[in-house]
Amino acid sequence: MRLLNLFKIAFKAIVLNKMRTLLTMLGIIIGVASVIAMLAIGEGSKESIRATISNMGSNMITVKPGADVRGGVRRNASEMETLTFKDYEAIKAQTTLTSYISPIVNGSGQVINGSNNWPSTIFGVNPDYLNIKVVDLQSGSMFTNAEVQSAAKVALIGQTVVDNVFPDGEAPVGKMIRFNNIPFKVIGVLEEKGENTFGQDQDDVVVAPYTTVQKRILAIDHLNEVMASAISEEDAPNAVLEITEILRTQHKLADAEDDDFHVRSMEELISTFSSTSEMLTILLVAVASISLLIGGIGIMNIMYVSVKERTKEIGLRMAVGGKGADILMQFLIEAILISITGGILGVILGLGSTVFIEKFLNWPTSVALYSIIISFAVCAVTGIFFGWYPARKASALDPITALRYE
Amino acid sequence: MRKEIIKIEDLKREFTMGSETVHALRSISFDIKEGEFVTIMGSSGSGKSTLLNILGCLDQPTSGTYEIDGVKVKGLSRNELATIRNEKIGFIFQSYNLLPRTSAIENVELPLLYNSKVSTIERRERAIKALKMVGLGDRMNHTPSQLSGGQQQRVAIARSLVNNPVMILADEATGNLDTRTSYEIMSLFQELNKQGITITFVTHEPDIATFSNRTIVLKDGHIMQDYNNYNIQSAAEQLAKLPKEDH
Repeated sequence: MRLLNLFKIAFKAIVLNKMRTLLTMLGIIIGVASVIAMLAIGEGSKESIRATISNMGSNMITVKPGADVRGGVRRNASEMETLTFKDYEAIKAQTTLTSYISPIVNGSGQVINGSNNWPSTIFGVNPDYLNIKVVDLQSGSMFTNAEVQSAAKVALIGQTVVDNVFPDGEAPVGKMIRFNNIPFKVIGVLEEKGENTFGQDQDDVVVAPYTTVQKRILAIDHLNEVMASAISEEDAPNAVLEITEILRTQHKLADAEDDDFHVRSMEELISTFSSTSEMLTILLVAVASISLLIGGIGIMNIMYVSVKERTKEIGLRMAVGGKGADILMQFLIEAILISITGGILGVILGLGSTVFIEKFLNWPTSVALYSIIISFAVCAVTGIFFGWYPARKASALDPITALRYE
Repeated sequence: MRKEIIKIEDLKREFTMGSETVHALRSISFDIKEGEFVTIMGSSGSGKSTLLNILGCLDQPTSGTYEIDGVKVKGLSRNELATIRNEKIGFIFQSYNLLPRTSAIENVELPLLYNSKVSTIERRERAIKALKMVGLGDRMNHTPSQLSGGQQQRVAIARSLVNNPVMILADEATGNLDTRTSYEIMSLFQELNKQGITITFVTHEPDIATFSNRTIVLKDGHIMQDYNNYNIQSAAEQLAKLPKEDH
């Protein structure tokens, strides 16, 4: 029997039972749609995390004082004063895998310009900082090494600070501001970066030479942090190891002793956050897959009913020459048609709801082609798997018994 | 001498019911020649249905030989039996067995769907021809629910003719019909028989036998009688003799 004829027969059976078919399909439609939507949400959040972190400088490596111990009593890292300028110099002198390196000191305080004031954070850095953070300037220029040497009272400010202390829209470059009553000359405005994934406003900063911040604002001589930039993203993990080695030597740590500092690359941060969202994705997909499975069971159920209901028809088909294989194919094709049509509708619904989620809930989504291919393949397999047994049962019927069935 | 369509020799069929063996057919032998109109009669339990199933290649004999159109049926696989049913036999059932919500023409086409040698166009042409033969040329697109019992049985007869079978096998084909309609159907059978179509009609109604040219009577698995009928009644004449209906 030609396959086309079988398709016609199966199609006819589906059309004759529109409502039932639609209800059966609904399980598959919802299953496929939710798998696609869930994967899109998962992929979307992963991508947005990756994008934010790359935006922060994907080659960035940070060195902070204090051991990265898990459990036990931990001291607040900022209270530790184990990271010094000498460490910075040692890293700078010995490193081969980093391109930029800057000491970091930071503190918070009030930015004042005339009658306007705004609480913000000041970062004391060297001119490499902009390259590490991958920030450009909107206007003005970065301070020079000479200005670092002389602890010049110059500063760059972020857009949020500009908005709050220069509300009248005047150009801040060249103006004087005060940070904790220390006057600074604004020499540049940082490019706007917006909020990062963690909700921090990256534009709410004042950047000044680290010497100035150390001496005039914080009155300290240790560093809060050292930031560096690996030559490339791939070199970041090795750069982390290299810096760790340099610092262990510098701090004269015996082999048995733990690090009294910790070095992190963005890659670790990415993987930490990605793994969280991946877990969530797996969970969501698992739930969605269960609904797809239930959809499959729905098909099996309806195919069973259909075989039972059409026992006499099967008997007749066999009597007029239908072979077991013809009957098997007829019901199998029917099941597959239901599941694949359901799959197509499910993909459409899934894509639709993804657009809806993106537009109205403002969640980042990203539809991966593989999610469509996978859920579609699962659909076809579901049809074959759950359609097989009832179809097999139909084909194994004895024509005499089937013909007499009432 | 006319060609033998059916050749049965020493045919037995036994069923095992638990520990007991039921002998449904105990060594029967007969031939059916081309162009015959044979009635197989018998009360229930006579082995009539078992014989019908074997004649229709739906069942296999336990022993003995059964040949249809020169093909030995014994030992054939399920698929080979299906092919024989498809190419050599036209079935007609008591309850018509039409596919519901399917037009008359599609119902008639059904056997040809399972014959890959017949193209879509040929299939349609043959179905139309068969429907015209049974006088339903104007009802081709009606579904069974839009047809009367007699008309439904005519569709079933058209379906049995469409594959040009060597024999039509009817199982109580008038059992669900009133007297008038059964005479109409019987006269159609007689007409088809006149055109040379071999018909085997299984029934328990004695008056049906008067329309055929030969009767085989079964009892307890044996052939009790096998006689030629030289006084064949015309169903069309019987129909004319019936009192006119009121409506």
